[in-house]
Amino acid sequence: MQGATEPTEMLLAPLEAESATDGHGEAAHEDLRVLGLLVFLVSESLMFGGLFATYLILRSEAGRWPPEGTEVELLLPTINTLILVSSSWVINKGNQAIKRDDLGGFRLWFGLTALMGAIFLAGQVYEYRTLGYGLTTNIFANCFYLMTGFHGLHVFIGLLLILGVLWRSGRPGHYGAAHHTGPEMAEIYWHFVDVIWVVLFSLIYLLSLLNGAS
Amino acid sequence: MQQVPVSLLTLVAGVLVTLVSLWVGQATPLFPEQASEQAPLVDNFFRLMLTIGTALFIMVEGAIVIFMVKFRQKPGDETDGEPLEGNLSLEAFWTLVPAIIVIILGVYSVQVYTEMGGFAPGGLPEMAHHHTHPAPTVEMVAHQEGAGMSAMPPQAKYGIGANPSERGPADLTVSVSGMQYAWIFNYPDGIISGELHVPVGKRVQLNISALDVIHSFWVPQFRLKQDAIPGQPTELFFVATRVGDYPVVCAELCGAYHGGMRTRAVVHTEEDFERWVSENRIAQAPPDSEGLAIHLH
Amino acid sequence: MAQTQVPVAPHGGSPAPHPPQAWKWYDYFTFNIDHKVIGIQYLVFSFFAYLVGGLMAVALRTELLTPDPDFIDPTLYNAFLTNHGTIMIFFWVVPAAIGGFGNYLVPLMIGARDMAFPRLNALAFWLNPPAAALLVASFFYGGAQSGWTAYPPLSLITAKTAQSMWVLAIVLVGTSSILGALNFIVTLLKMRVPSQRWDQLPLFCWAMFATSALALVSTPVLAVGLGLLLFDLNFGTSFFKPDAGGNVIIYQHLFWFYSHPAVYLMILPIFGIMSEVIPVHARKPIFGYKAIAYSSLAICLVGLFVWVHHMFTSGTPPWMRMFFTVSTLIVAVPTGVKIFGWVATLWGGKIRYTSAMLFAVGLLAMFVLGGISGVTLGTAPVDIHVHDTYYVVAHFHYVLFGGSVFGLFAGIYHWFPKITGRMVNEPLGKLHFVMTFIGANLTFLPMHELGLQGMPRRVALYDPQFVDLNRLCTYGAYLLALSTVPFMINMVWSWIAGPKASGNPWNALTLEWTTASPPLIENWEVLPVVTHGPYDYGMLDYTNGRPYTEPAEQEA
Repeated sequence: MQGATEPTEMLLAPLEAESATDGHGEAAHEDLRVLGLLVFLVSESLMFGGLFATYLILRSEAGRWPPEGTEVELLLPTINTLILVSSSWVINKGNQAIKRDDLGGFRLWFGLTALMGAIFLAGQVYEYRTLGYGLTTNIFANCFYLMTGFHGLHVFIGLLLILGVLWRSGRPGHYGAAHHTGPEMAEIYWHFVDVIWVVLFSLIYLLSLLNGAS
Repeated sequence: MQQVPVSLLTLVAGVLVTLVSLWVGQATPLFPEQASEQAPLVDNFFRLMLTIGTALFIMVEGAIVIFMVKFRQKPGDETDGEPLEGNLSLEAFWTLVPAIIVIILGVYSVQVYTEMGGFAPGGLPEMAHHHTHPAPTVEMVAHQEGAGMSAMPPQAKYGIGANPSERGPADLTVSVSGMQYAWIFNYPDGIISGELHVPVGKRVQLNISALDVIHSFWVPQFRLKQDAIPGQPTELFFVATRVGDYPVVCAELCGAYHGGMRTRAVVHTEEDFERWVSENRIAQAPPDSEGLAIHLH
Repeated sequence: MAQTQVPVAPHGGSPAPHPPQAWKWYDYFTFNIDHKVIGIQYLVFSFFAYLVGGLMAVALRTELLTPDPDFIDPTLYNAFLTNHGTIMIFFWVVPAAIGGFGNYLVPLMIGARDMAFPRLNALAFWLNPPAAALLVASFFYGGAQSGWTAYPPLSLITAKTAQSMWVLAIVLVGTSSILGALNFIVTLLKMRVPSQRWDQLPLFCWAMFATSALALVSTPVLAVGLGLLLFDLNFGTSFFKPDAGGNVIIYQHLFWFYSHPAVYLMILPIFGIMSEVIPVHARKPIFGYKAIAYSSLAICLVGLFVWVHHMFTSGTPPWMRMFFTVSTLIVAVPTGVKIFGWVATLWGGKIRYTSAMLFAVGLLAMFVLGGISGVTLGTAPVDIHVHDTYYVVAHFHYVLFGGSVFGLFAGIYHWFPKITGRMVNEPLGKLHFVMTFIGANLTFLPMHELGLQGMPRRVALYDPQFVDLNRLCTYGAYLLALSTVPFMINMVWSWIAGPKASGNPWNALTLEWTTASPPLIENWEVLPVVTHGPYDYGMLDYTNGRPYTEPAEQEA
């Protein structure tokens, strides 16, 4: 879990060390960071995979899931889901803008994405405060808080990445049609966080709905 | 001296390897005595693998030694060896032959495992998924030593058991609970003991549970082992075949005095067992403290 | 000329941040981003960890001289056995093989000037020292005592603070491992010199690719298991607390989903080292290049689906016991392909009895036994008898000591001239080999019998019937401890005052031997061009005894 913050920051950092070497490859370095991020996300998804598997096993063994008196809320998380999923589309608009050298449009769309991410996080914090049960209440609550919290941490990191990219876009000529690895990486990471959320939402909220009905 | 001696040598070597492997596999006293119906099954399977393994071991180690001696660098020779990059049929041979061997071993191990009664407790995959007793865990841990142990949920999911339709129900059922650092055995009729006493030749079922951490119930002479898991009932089913006094060993690290968590499994003749039961029933004694054997220094 | 050096591009003006020709000693203690510095940092760091873990083993074996727990306190005994396993795996074999040799050799073997992400690489290394410090500090709180497997509930109720520190340490090295794996994958995919085809890639690189893929996929799952354990320990959750709805078996699945592949993490790079060392010193092309390359990938793939064989006596339903028996046996096939390939490589060679070669052949000899005992262990019926006994201890030490540690020594003797620019002392190296080989067999061979006869592992006190064999094991362990003395003398002395090594003292054909010893800071003045396969011994056109010119001989 410690792995989550550092590498993404490191990957964003320019790699001057090689940019000056001769021979082959320096043109490929821009691409390498994207590839590195993708490889890292494979690893990350296995981490969520482990959590999901644990959750499903615990769920299959419990008599009633979630247990009596521990209800999940649905309205707010659904709104939150809609916000997060649509922010994937928004951040993509931002990247299309920077590929057209449209710096203003890029900032607009990325800023909007950051705003949506912040709303999502705020919504989650609000949900935590109003649920009526805490991390240690029961095994379902353990899973609920750990999974949504770990995902929330990823949203937070994604938010930092987006803000970092926005901040860097202030430097003249830093991003443009030819140089947009940073925004691209932020976008990929954001999509990843989104996809994980969709799975998580299905597992925690939708499956619980199913259970409650039966 | 080329043709005949070489093939002769190969033949002799082959015969020797076979004989030695068979001897190692069949005759070496690697195991303790066999005291359960499962023990000969495990031993024979192991001996089969040991025979094959010995042959393989001798051939590979022999090849290494011969090659190392025969193809050592001669003084002053700085040239390279013959540029052999591979040989498809040879490579196919040593891929396919081991593959066939391990597949045969795999199928055979399923057979052995079935004979041992391995498929009984949880049954087939479908059955393994159908377990709906809600949280046996809380209930179990609530039972402390003594009373209640025989009221354990009857359906253990895991372990080695007997298929009731094939072997019939158990003649004797004992509840076994592991705790740091002792085993407690609960017999029918309320007998509680720190030792396992069973009659020879009878079907014995152990319902195993753990009170604190994971333990593992092991009688080397029975070749049977099953973890005692907090919150998950397990079971062992066996027929002891030889009268004797065997160690019960905890095989899963359970704390500082894990090594001291030992007791006895005593296999009696039927009359002796009856006598033991009646003596203990009369005594109605609380747990046989001698078997607890808690080590303090 | 082995690797014809054709200018690919003019050497661009010296990049500003780089100091001139060679690193100073203190550079090795800094956040240096040169893959060679990082490789050496890993190797030296992990060797010190090996000494610490080895001393713990000596204490454990001394305790086992007698059946009674009379040498050290049983809690300390458990702390030592826990940390012995942890250190040997996470702080010796994995960092030395992957971090050390991987970092040092991969860029050199593929004609790259560095790894794809040099800073990430340095960061990955520097996660290790704090992790080691955490383990050391944990001893002030009694040390983690629940085995390197840390099964709950035992790990939840024994020395909680130390256990938490242990968890954090493992998560740190796990993160390091993920970052390293990512770096290797990208480097191997994208940084090869353009003239190197995939079938000219040294087998060590194939092995590193498979290793990295495995680390990348399995390590995060361990992180989940340990993370949940940490929450159970400190934040009141109950994932692994059965009396509150938790399930202790889930931990075992999460743990072994990583920790069985971890066995392959520890042996695949070693297999790579074997495939480099044997052809060079036998003067033969590797027998079956493709088979050995693909078998690494096969081991990596099948290795992900065997983990439950560690849980045959645990809460494992019968069908799973059978499924994982079969999958486990299948791993023997690609492993056998490698063993047979190396043995066949010896055939018809002109074998040099160097220290590196002796350790490589010693590995072959030991690993065969470990592999065979592994097959017997992999079948559920036998495993039910011998699981968690000294038979298992014997098996994995044949694989991990006879395999990984022998391989690491083979690698150290083989690449020492490249890394330091000086030759090792061969007689001392051979003494080291003889002591290690005898010591290892003396220590670990009797353990098979102990386990079959009924001695469980991880015990400080045992039945007096086992005392004779245990004595033998302990004497073997003392010999093993002593065997590191000639090695250390050799390393220090040769590094300071050994005879200077040429760029290519073994007349080897892989790319790392085309540069000076030690290599320049950016590896080559001009990047090499690959004109032949890595193992084309006996195929190149030369007539006299020293076929390969060494362009870098005059430097350094």
